[in-house]
Amino acid sequence: MKVAIIKYNAGNIFSVECAMRRLGVESILTDDENIIRSADKVIFPGVGEAETTMNYLRSHGMDKLICSLTQPVLGICIGLQLMCKSSEEANNGKVECLGIFDTDVVRFSNKDFTTEQKVPHMGWNTVINCGSSPLLKGVDGDQYFYYVHSYRANVCNDTTAITKYEKPYSAILEKNNFHAVQFHPEKSGMIGEAILRNFLDL
Amino acid sequence: MLAKRIIPCLDIKDGKVVKGVNFEGIRAVGDPVELGAEYSREGADELVFLDITASHEGRKTFKELVTKIAEHISIPFTVGGGINELKDVEALLEAGADKVSVNSAALRNPSLIDQIAKAFGSQVCTVAIDANFTGDVPEWMCYVNGGRIMTDKRLFDWAKEAESRGAGEILFTSMNHDGVKQGFAVEALSELSTSLSIPVIASGGAGEMSHFKDVFEAGKADAALAASIFHFHQIGIKDLKVYLDGEGIPVRIV
Repeated sequence: MKVAIIKYNAGNIFSVECAMRRLGVESILTDDENIIRSADKVIFPGVGEAETTMNYLRSHGMDKLICSLTQPVLGICIGLQLMCKSSEEANNGKVECLGIFDTDVVRFSNKDFTTEQKVPHMGWNTVINCGSSPLLKGVDGDQYFYYVHSYRANVCNDTTAITKYEKPYSAILEKNNFHAVQFHPEKSGMIGEAILRNFLDL
Repeated sequence: MLAKRIIPCLDIKDGKVVKGVNFEGIRAVGDPVELGAEYSREGADELVFLDITASHEGRKTFKELVTKIAEHISIPFTVGGGINELKDVEALLEAGADKVSVNSAALRNPSLIDQIAKAFGSQVCTVAIDANFTGDVPEWMCYVNGGRIMTDKRLFDWAKEAESRGAGEILFTSMNHDGVKQGFAVEALSELSTSLSIPVIASGGAGEMSHFKDVFEAGKADAALAASIFHFHQIGIKDLKVYLDGEGIPVRIV
């Protein structure tokens, strides 16, 4: 199996490569269009800031490339957020994103919280399966996954699993060949590896 | 629901895990990757690796170790010790660390926190504070150099400043409680946690399971860190989590 990991100006991609290796799969970290198009699976991971990463993708023509992919694609963390319509993580308060999923990314606001909650949302929180996610195949009950983020994608028609941090938001978004998780499966122990295995088996 | 985190801390000297008692009297207990993997299997939520080697050669060994950890362990880990400037942070993140912990260098040069947050995001920047409740009119004062030198910064002021400069978490070690195993500095932790909007990791004083219940309930900590009680198998992580779950504290059990 050929797995391409999209190379762009986001951090923490090494851990995804390591996770693939632990699953016995060699991945290629690349920004080469031909290699990405011909891969069996594409992973769009990373930790970064929405506006900076989005500008980079646009200036390198990678926005059109990602949207036109036809094989299974997995967005992770900022990958998920960039696959939404827009994000509030921008200097002027809004940046247009890839628009694959029909929802917007907003900042966790203290106004949402009735009790004191901390931002970033950092640590292990439960993912609640809405019933139809192929990524959660074989995952029993509401399991803990590892999160680090300050912005969240609102719940929409493409939401297949939610997490509650005061308000529910999208933990997993899925549409056609596009899948995305807000948590870090590569950092979520055995259960995280099960999600990645499910993705590779699609 | 967001779980309370249990974090084993591994002090590393020349590639081996060691743990001091009251910051002195260091002894070796094992291989970092093996121990880390074992903790991960038992249900540790994160790991902290602190490099207490000072030599240039030791720093290189530590960086190689960080890569090995990233390759073998599938939970987040923080590394610290000997970080003096932004390029040290960059090297450790490049080697595969998820977060870095800065302590003395941030007290000496607070703008280091701003630099890290700006370059890599707040989420990678843990500010570790060693503080001691001391003085004629006792106050929590911050220390540098592994608890050897007192500064003129007060714990609560410094934690607030660190937060406003972009720290993603505060790791507070009470020197009064560290190694004594009589419980965490619950009152100070509660005050710290209430006054900050970023997560607080409690460190120093864990001796029995009820201390963890106290630190999460009365101490309002988001995470608790310990070393020797885990290394010497006085408390198993799985047993601890089952106990906390029974006490109604949200924890992740694997």
